[in-house]
Amino acid sequence: MLRLPTFSYHRPKTAAEAVRLKKEHGKDAMFVAGGTDLYPNMKRRHQTPTHVISLQDVPGLASVDVQQDGTVAIGAMCRLSDLERHAHLLAHYPAFAHAVKEISTPLLRNMGTIGGNLLLDTRCTYYDQSHEWRESIDFCMKKDGAICWVAPGSPRCWAVQSSDTVPVVCAIEAKVELVSPEGSRTIAASDLYRDDGIQYLTKKPEELLTRLLLPAPGNWKASYLKLRRRDTFDFPVLGVGACVWTDAQGVVTKASIRLGGAGSFAIPAVDAEKALLGHKLTDEVIAAAGEKAMKPARTMDNTDLDVYWRRKVAPVFVARALLACK
Amino acid sequence: MGLDEQKTAPSVVRADAPWRHDAKKDELRVIGKPIRKIDARSKVAGLTKFADDLKLPRMLHMKLLRSTAAHAVIKHIDVSKAKSMPGVKGVLTGQDMPIPFGILPVSQDEHALCLDTVRFVGDPVVAIAAMEEEQAWDACRAVEVEYQTLQTIGSSHEAAATDEPRLHDYGVRGNIHRLENLEFGDLKDGFARADHIREDTVFFEGNTHLPMEQHATLAHFDKDGKLTIWSSTQTPHYLHRALARVLHPLPAHHIRVIACPNGGGFGGKSDPFNHEIAAAKMSMLTGRPVKIALTREEVFWCHRGRHPVLMRSKMGVTKTGRITALDFESYLDGGAYGSYGTASTFYTGALQTVTYAVENYHFRGVRFFTCKAPCGPKRGHGTVQPRFAIEVQLDKVACDLGLDPAEMRKQNLAPRESLTANFLRIGSMGLGACIDKVVEGSGWKARRGKQERTKDGRIRGLGLACSSYLSGAGLPIYWNGLPHSGVQLKLDRSGLVTVFCGSTDIGQGSDSVLSWIVGEVLGVDPLGIRVVTSDTDLTPVDLGSYSSRVTVMTGNAAMQAAERARDIVARGAAEHLQVPVNRLVFADARVFDSENPDKGISFQDAVIAAEARCGTIGTVGSYTPPKTAAKFRGGGVGPSPSYSYSACVVEVEVDPDTGIYRVPKVWMAHDIGRALNAAVAMGQIEGSVYMGLGEAMMEEMAYRDRSHKGHRVFVHKIPSLLEYKSPSTMEMPEVVTYVVEDPDKNGPFGAKEVGQGPLLPIMPAVANAVFDAVGVRVDENPISFEKVFAALLAKKEGKDARFGPSLGKDGVPQVDFGDSLKVKTPWQGGDGTAWNEPKRDKKAAK
Repeated sequence: MLRLPTFSYHRPKTAAEAVRLKKEHGKDAMFVAGGTDLYPNMKRRHQTPTHVISLQDVPGLASVDVQQDGTVAIGAMCRLSDLERHAHLLAHYPAFAHAVKEISTPLLRNMGTIGGNLLLDTRCTYYDQSHEWRESIDFCMKKDGAICWVAPGSPRCWAVQSSDTVPVVCAIEAKVELVSPEGSRTIAASDLYRDDGIQYLTKKPEELLTRLLLPAPGNWKASYLKLRRRDTFDFPVLGVGACVWTDAQGVVTKASIRLGGAGSFAIPAVDAEKALLGHKLTDEVIAAAGEKAMKPARTMDNTDLDVYWRRKVAPVFVARALLACK
Repeated sequence: MGLDEQKTAPSVVRADAPWRHDAKKDELRVIGKPIRKIDARSKVAGLTKFADDLKLPRMLHMKLLRSTAAHAVIKHIDVSKAKSMPGVKGVLTGQDMPIPFGILPVSQDEHALCLDTVRFVGDPVVAIAAMEEEQAWDACRAVEVEYQTLQTIGSSHEAAATDEPRLHDYGVRGNIHRLENLEFGDLKDGFARADHIREDTVFFEGNTHLPMEQHATLAHFDKDGKLTIWSSTQTPHYLHRALARVLHPLPAHHIRVIACPNGGGFGGKSDPFNHEIAAAKMSMLTGRPVKIALTREEVFWCHRGRHPVLMRSKMGVTKTGRITALDFESYLDGGAYGSYGTASTFYTGALQTVTYAVENYHFRGVRFFTCKAPCGPKRGHGTVQPRFAIEVQLDKVACDLGLDPAEMRKQNLAPRESLTANFLRIGSMGLGACIDKVVEGSGWKARRGKQERTKDGRIRGLGLACSSYLSGAGLPIYWNGLPHSGVQLKLDRSGLVTVFCGSTDIGQGSDSVLSWIVGEVLGVDPLGIRVVTSDTDLTPVDLGSYSSRVTVMTGNAAMQAAERARDIVARGAAEHLQVPVNRLVFADARVFDSENPDKGISFQDAVIAAEARCGTIGTVGSYTPPKTAAKFRGGGVGPSPSYSYSACVVEVEVDPDTGIYRVPKVWMAHDIGRALNAAVAMGQIEGSVYMGLGEAMMEEMAYRDRSHKGHRVFVHKIPSLLEYKSPSTMEMPEVVTYVVEDPDKNGPFGAKEVGQGPLLPIMPAVANAVFDAVGVRVDENPISFEKVFAALLAKKEGKDARFGPSLGKDGVPQVDFGDSLKVKTPWQGGDGTAWNEPKRDKKAAK
C-alpha cells in the first residue's frame, strides 16, 4: 500500500502556540486540520513535512457564530458535515451550504474542515499521482520537476483550483481571518487566492486561517452549480459560484460570477457579470450572460472530462446557476 | 392425489434420479432456494482473511521498482546502494529468474522481473524485501537503472505501421501477435441474397476490472524445502504451473498454492503474476516469509483487462431483417504481453453466431503488441466488444428497415439444440423468453421513440440489446486430456461432509455452489457442509475461476462425487434399515424408506452404518466437457458445454444542452438454465448491470501521450480509484431482474452461467437508448457525455449525427490478413474441418 513518510506530530493547545511551532520549523512544518487533503498528498510525496501541526486541540475554531451585525463567523475547524446541516446556514446561505454538501463524499466530509477546503491544494492529473508515476514523466514544475506538462511551453503551473466553496465565498464577498505571530488580519476571501498553480495562496506560510466571515443576508442571492462526472466523490471540473444583488424592482445592481475548476483560481466571469447589470434576470438576459462565460473558462487538459467540452458547456452551467439566483 | 399418497410420496427427491437437469422445482430441497452463501456472515462481519490480512513471524515486505520508460533496453542496474539501505534483506533482478512464463503455452513471454527489455511504464525491474514496507520503498528509490529507450508503440495503428522495433520476437510478424482469418459458408452468396447491407466501424475503449481487493501475495519457503504461496488468484492451478516452471529445479510437488478468498477478480487475477513469482523467489533467497501487497496503481499495471478493439462489421439482411451474411473484422490493442490474448482474439469472433443465426460468416481478427499494461480477460472476455458492435448495428439495421429492434432480433434467434455456422453446439436457448420479459417489463412497445421530456428538461429514451455467453471453455488452456474439474468428498462418523475442490471463490459464490449441490444430493443442510477449496496440496485440480466455468464444471464433478458417496451411505443405511437401496430417500439430514418415511435414520447414523460396512468413506468426481464439433484450426475457442442468454432494456434521460445523461432504470432478463440459488444469481446479474454501466458511461484505460524535447512520455492517465471513474451508488439505477430458466442437459440440475453474460448487453443498450432519446449515434464505448454532446453538435450543424471512428478502410489499421481458412457450414454438409490450407508464410504475408 501507499504509506505515509515519517514525521513528528504536534498538538498545540492554542492558536499562538500553533503559529509559533510553524515559525520554529519553517518549511519543514505544515498545519493539518481534517487531513483529507494533506495525508493523501503526503503518501504521494507531494508534501513531505517532517513536522505536522494538528489544529484539533486549538479552542474556538469549531463554532459557527452569528454576529450582532448579521454576519456569520465560521471557525476553520468546523467539520464540513456539520456545516451542510447547520440550520442558520441552510436558511440564510443555502448556496454555501449546498457547495459544502457537494464536496467529496459523506465520509470525507465527516473529517474535512472548512478551513482545509478553502486552502485545498490545486489539482492536476499530472500532479495528483504517486511518486513513481511522476518519476516516469520526469516530474512537473509543481513538485520535483521543471516543466508544466499541460502546457510545456508555459513558464507557469496550471494546476486547478478545485474547492467547491471557494467560488461561492469569493462570489458572495466573504472574508477570511488570518493569524500570525504578528497578530491577526482580515482580508476579502477573493484576495486570499492568486492565479498560479503553485503559489495559489497569498497568505504567508506561517499565517493560520482561523475564521471565514460570511456577509449579512440582504438584497443578494447566490447559487452554486457543480459539473463533475459522478454525483459524489469527484472534484469539480467546473464550479459556478454566482451572486446577484438586486434593487427593489429586481434590477441587478451588482453581480459576481466565479468559475471554479476552470483555472488556477476562481476566475471572475467579468463580461457575464456586466451583461447582467441594469437588467432584470429574464431568460434572455441570463442566456446572453451565460454565453459570455465561455471565454474566461480557461479549461486545460489536466482534469477529468474533455477540455473543450468543459468550455463549451460553461455557458449552460453559468446560465443555470444564474437562473437559481432568480 | 389422496392424503395417504401424499404422505408416501413426499415432495423430496426420489431415490432413482433426483438430479435430472429437468427436475421439477418441488422435487428439490436445496437447489433453487435463496439460502445464504456459506461464507456470507464472515464477509459481512469483516472477518474473512484475504491475502493481505495474513502475517507470519519474521515476515519481510517486498516492493517492486518498476520501469519509468515505455519501451527500453536495460543497459545497467546498480543495486549496490539499495542493498546497504536500512532494513533491506534481499534484492532480486531479472537475472535471478531468467525462465519466461505466461498463462498460455503459446505466449510464454513474461519474466518475473524484466530481463533485458521493459515494454511499458510499470513493468517490474527490481524486487527489494526489507523489514518494513517503507524501507523497501526507500531502497527502490536508491536503485539506479540505465535505460536505452526504444520507439514507443502506442496504438494498434502504430503497431500495424511499425515492423521494427518489435516488442517481442515471436508472433506473426512485426508487432502483430495474432492474426486470424476464418470463413464459414458462402459470403458472396449471403450478401447477394441480402436486401440491405450495412457497414459500420465502431470502437470499444479498454477498461479494467477494478476489484476492491488489491492483489497481495505471501510466500514462505520453509526449512524443509517446501514453498507455500497464499495469493489473491483466481487460478491457483495455473499459478502452481508457472511457479514450477520459473523456480526450476524446485519440484512441482514441493510447491503449494493457496488461493485466498478474492475480494473481486473479474478476470484480473487469472494470470500468474510477476509479483507472485518474485515473492516466492525472494522467500527462497532470504529464508523468510515475504509479503507483497500491491498499491492501486500497481493493480492498473497488472491489468489484463478489456482490450481496446476497433471493429468493422458488414451485415447483410433481408427486407424482414433476417441476417444472411456477416463479415466482421476486429483489431485488438493487446498491450505489452500475450496473456490470454490469443483466446481474446478468437473470442472477438467466435460467439457472433450463438446469439443470432448467421448463415454465412467471415471473421478476421488481429492482435497487436503495444507499450501498455497487458490486456487479457475481463468479465465477458473478448465477446463484449463485438457484442457492442453487433447490437448497435442491429439497432441501425432495424431503423433502416423500419422494424422494431426487439421483433427483428426475435426473428434471428439461433435455434436451440443446433450447430452454428462455426460448429458451436447450442443446447438450451432462452433468449426469446428473455426478450419478451424485458419488452413487457419496460413498456417497450408503448414508450419507445416517444422522446418524452422529464421535469428538468431531459429527454427519455429506451434501448434494447441481447447477448450470449459460454458456461466454461470447452478446452483447457494447456493441452491435456485430463478432467477440467475434480471434487473429493470425505464423510465421517460425526456426520460431517467435507468437499475438497480446487476452485476458487472470487465472491461469486462458487464455494456455496459446491455445498448446495452436495447438500441436495445427500439431503443435508448445505450450511453444515465444510468446503475446502483452492489449495493445491489438499484439493483436486480445478482449472480455475474463469470463463464462467465453475458452476457447470465443478458442479458436475461435485454431483458425481456426491452420487458415489450417496451410494455408499445408502448401502450402509439399507443394511441397517433392512430396506432395498433403491427405495431410500436422502432429505432433511435423514435417510428413509420412500414407502414408509417414518422408517429411517439420521444422516449421521447412516454414515456410521456405512463406515462400519465399507470403511473410511471418501469419493471423487470429475468433469470433462463434451467433445467439440469444430475440428478446424482455431475451433478450440468458443465451444462450451452450454450458452447462457441475456436481454436488457436500458432507459436513459439525456440533457440535450450538454450531452449529460443518467440511467434511471434497467430491465435485465437472463437465461440461466436453472438458478441454483435465485438470490445469488440475481446478485450476479445486478453486479453485471453495475459493471456494464461503468463501462458504458465512463470507464477507460486512458493513456497520456506527450512529447517533450524529442522524448515521448506514454503513461496511464489516471491509475487511481478517484480518477479512473467507475459509478458510485448515486449512478446505480433501479434494476428489474428476470431469471429465465431453460434447463440445459449439460448443467448440474440444468444450470448455466450467470456471472458474465448479463454484462454484455448493457453497453450497446445504452448507446441504442441515447439514439432513441436524441437521435444521435455514439459508435464508441464508453458513451461519455462529451461524445453525446459532440454527436448532438454534429446533428445541429447538419453533419452525420454520429460520434465514432472514421468509416471505411482508412479507419482501421492496414493489415494483410492473407487467405481465409474456409469451413463448410453444417447446412452445406460441412464436417467441422477446413477444406483449404491457407499459406501461413510469415514473410510472404508481409
